[in-house]
Amino acid sequence: MNFERLRHPFSPPESNVSVKETASEIPTHIKFEGIRRQALEIGRNRLLVTGALFTLAFAVVAGRLVELAVVEQAGEEARSSRIAATSKMRKVRSDITDRNGILLATSLPTASLYANPQHILDPKEAARKLARVFPNMDRSKIQAKLAAKKTFVWLQRNLTPKTQFSVNALGIPGLYFQRTERRVYPHGRIVAHALGLTNIDGQGLSGIEGYFDKSLRGTDEPIALSLDIRVQSILREELLKSMAEFRAIGAAGVVMDATNGEVQAMISLPDFNPNKPVTAAGIAGFNRVTKGVYEMGSTFKLFTAAMALDSGVARLRDRYDATKPIKISRFKISDYHAKNRWLSVPEIIVYSSNIGAAKMALEVGTAGQKKYLKRFGMLKPAAIELPEIGSPLTPDHWREINTMTISYGHGIAVSPIQLVAGVAALVNGGVLYNPRMIKFSNDQKAVGSKVLSKATSKKMRGLMRLVVRNGTGRNADVPGYLIGGKTGTADKPGPRGGYGSRRVISSFVAAFPMDKPRYVILALLDEPKGTQRTHGYATGGWVAAPVVARVVKRMASLLGLKPSQRTEKLPKPGDDLFIAARATIR
Amino acid sequence: MNTTFSRTDESLFGRWWWTIDRWMIAAIIAILAMGAILALAASPAVAERIGLDTFYFAQRQFIVLPFVLIVMFAVSLLNRSGVRQFAVICFGLAVLLMIYTLMDGTEIKGATRWVTFAGFSIQPSEFVKPSFAIIAAWMFSAWRLKEDFPGYMVAVGLYLTVVALLLMQPDVGMAILVSVVWGVQFFLAGLPMLLVLAIGIIFISGGFAAYFNFEHVQSRIDRFFDPASTEAYQVMRSLEAFRNGGVFGRGPGEGHVKEVLPDAHADFIFAVAGEEFGLVMTLLIVGLFLFVVLRGFARAFKETDLFVQLAVAGLLVQFGLQAIINMASTLNLMPTKGMTLPFISYGGSSMLALAIGLGMVLALTRERPGQENAWRDLGGRDMGGRLI
Repeated sequence: MNFERLRHPFSPPESNVSVKETASEIPTHIKFEGIRRQALEIGRNRLLVTGALFTLAFAVVAGRLVELAVVEQAGEEARSSRIAATSKMRKVRSDITDRNGILLATSLPTASLYANPQHILDPKEAARKLARVFPNMDRSKIQAKLAAKKTFVWLQRNLTPKTQFSVNALGIPGLYFQRTERRVYPHGRIVAHALGLTNIDGQGLSGIEGYFDKSLRGTDEPIALSLDIRVQSILREELLKSMAEFRAIGAAGVVMDATNGEVQAMISLPDFNPNKPVTAAGIAGFNRVTKGVYEMGSTFKLFTAAMALDSGVARLRDRYDATKPIKISRFKISDYHAKNRWLSVPEIIVYSSNIGAAKMALEVGTAGQKKYLKRFGMLKPAAIELPEIGSPLTPDHWREINTMTISYGHGIAVSPIQLVAGVAALVNGGVLYNPRMIKFSNDQKAVGSKVLSKATSKKMRGLMRLVVRNGTGRNADVPGYLIGGKTGTADKPGPRGGYGSRRVISSFVAAFPMDKPRYVILALLDEPKGTQRTHGYATGGWVAAPVVARVVKRMASLLGLKPSQRTEKLPKPGDDLFIAARATIR
Repeated sequence: MNTTFSRTDESLFGRWWWTIDRWMIAAIIAILAMGAILALAASPAVAERIGLDTFYFAQRQFIVLPFVLIVMFAVSLLNRSGVRQFAVICFGLAVLLMIYTLMDGTEIKGATRWVTFAGFSIQPSEFVKPSFAIIAAWMFSAWRLKEDFPGYMVAVGLYLTVVALLLMQPDVGMAILVSVVWGVQFFLAGLPMLLVLAIGIIFISGGFAAYFNFEHVQSRIDRFFDPASTEAYQVMRSLEAFRNGGVFGRGPGEGHVKEVLPDAHADFIFAVAGEEFGLVMTLLIVGLFLFVVLRGFARAFKETDLFVQLAVAGLLVQFGLQAIINMASTLNLMPTKGMTLPFISYGGSSMLALAIGLGMVLALTRERPGQENAWRDLGGRDMGGRLI
């Protein structure tokens, strides 16, 4: 720039004079034109510089845009997965999910407040301030804790961020926070007994939390249960409905995969909210499905028929004299739906004849009955991954009379889960699988023990279907799903032993679809009372069978099980399974 | 436009059509259209969050749009002396209003920048920007070309007045913008290199002074250099938006940044563009701004009138710099400055002031007889051009 030579804006007037002198020789308009061109040229040059700088700035902006949108976007995924991984690492106790990965239990980080009383300057003042933040804590108790001659006292566990902030705002020296975790169960009561509880230090106490306590603390991988939260919720709702309708004091229910023993739903009522451990006190915390053992009543006739058919002592068409009750020493065995005639095996099951069952059992014999019940898993505690397992109650001395009562489910008490697993073996081709709470992974295969011939199993399916089509279980029928089952209504022993108090356990155990059973379902109600609608009956057929029907209806559409379009082949006269329509009972 | 004009059409509109820079008009209208689309994308979320009617901001933006076009067209009809007269009136009014705001203004976010007039909030300092650029250009060119006119003295005096008024509001961002524009004009007008350096130093030390004297400036700058500070939140979310958008964006209305950023419809609208429309849209916006600036510069380059050269350059520097500052702070290339993205961010005063500014650019860059020769003229063969 030769600008200064031309004219210096801040130069003293003297120097201007010299410029003027040299310029005065040039004609005014040319001189002026010269200045203008000079100025324009400088402007143009500098405009180029400015334009270049602008272009550069815009290019930087564009470059930054490309960097963010293209380069960093690619890194986005890796970064977020890294964050997820580290946050998982910090978790002390791993998650529990259902079979579809729905979160059932998880741990949230919280802060717990403790104090080092040695660092507390003024326990009285500190207690006064803390009592304002924790209105539910007693001021004198806090003061006693803060004045103790210790170096560590817990003050409050699992603070909300807001209370944590308030405590910090108090500015009391000697108070500290410990990073803790709080176990949270997003589904609350829906999965209560199966999951169980942890104590305040995060140690598993009961249920899956208790059984898998070590592995839950040792791994980052969530544990996937065999439960399906959807089926679980359906079963719970339907049991609650029936419980309310029949004013039962409790209920239990199971949905199990008949082909591998996976428990898809397990409900015990009344239940508790695992997020509030105090609600698990008393009977609410009791798992009826695995811990409770009950005399199951007539559902046991299925086992009796199965052992009679399998051992060959009876064929389907064989008849038994049920014309009059059996009297043996001081006992009298009679029928609830008495027919007072000879009954074939299908009739014994369909009409639920105690007399017929007892006579069948006598033919099998005490030793044979024990052998088969042992095979069906009725004589030893269920092998399921829960700490709460009830031991079955069996007679100390297994006499003939025991054999007879056990044939229709009295004088032996088993847990509902044992019953379900046993019934699954009856219908699935004769393989007993241990019931399990953990989902099979894809490469695992269920291993069971063969307890029954395929042929017997087929006959059992026919018998169970008959009960629902023609017998005591008709309330469980759902068109298209070929449900088969057996009702059970067992008298509860009175408080001083002995029966007859009219308090019953009513149940219905079912499987479907009967041409190729996939699920076994049990609904059990404790002390239901008959209503006007049921004509005062509180039997399994009235109170429990409808629960099964409603559960099947809801879960079948949910799990995509299509109703069978084929018309069912009905037994004709002369068929082993034929039962004359006029003879059917309610 | 149904009518066709012949080049010999001597009507007002015909003359306008054949002399105006139609490419630049197209680019400006494209920018306005982007602004309209983004107003629809970004502002409903903001309006809902602060409890206004869903389309409150969008509606107001669309009401302002026709005025922007009318004002720009009207201003572009002016001839050179008309532009100067208009700028003087505009400048006078704006300065008076700024003085008034200092005494009795509406305080918004810690600054008194607004006067409420007939239900509208007007920010007079916005209107100072274009008019002062014209006046400064006029003074600088007069100083260069009329020996006995103390043009630069007037320019310096007016500059100090304007900056003082802006700092009193306080509006440091705009003070810096006005300073840079004025500085560039002075530079183009032939400021000696020594003084260029001196003024550069003054600007830098002025920046430091602003840092130490204005708390909000300080916090903004500290935030920029401290990524962990909680208030860097806005910028972090903004960067996240650009990353989420990728090349093609998440799609209109699919963005999330507008739900978390309070200024998504104003200062951070560029982030919304990046998230919902992707790199394609953001690069297009950058390209359009650069086109307007360089196109204007090219016209100024051919110009034989020093005043026009300085004025056009000043107005475009203001326009382009504002765009760069906004985009750069959204992209975390510099501290957030509270500057709007021209013609795209929400804000009536800013839009109208920009309409005046670009209207002036259009008016000044209209082709005049003899202009064709200007380039050759520089080679020294033909004078052609007209003197002021």
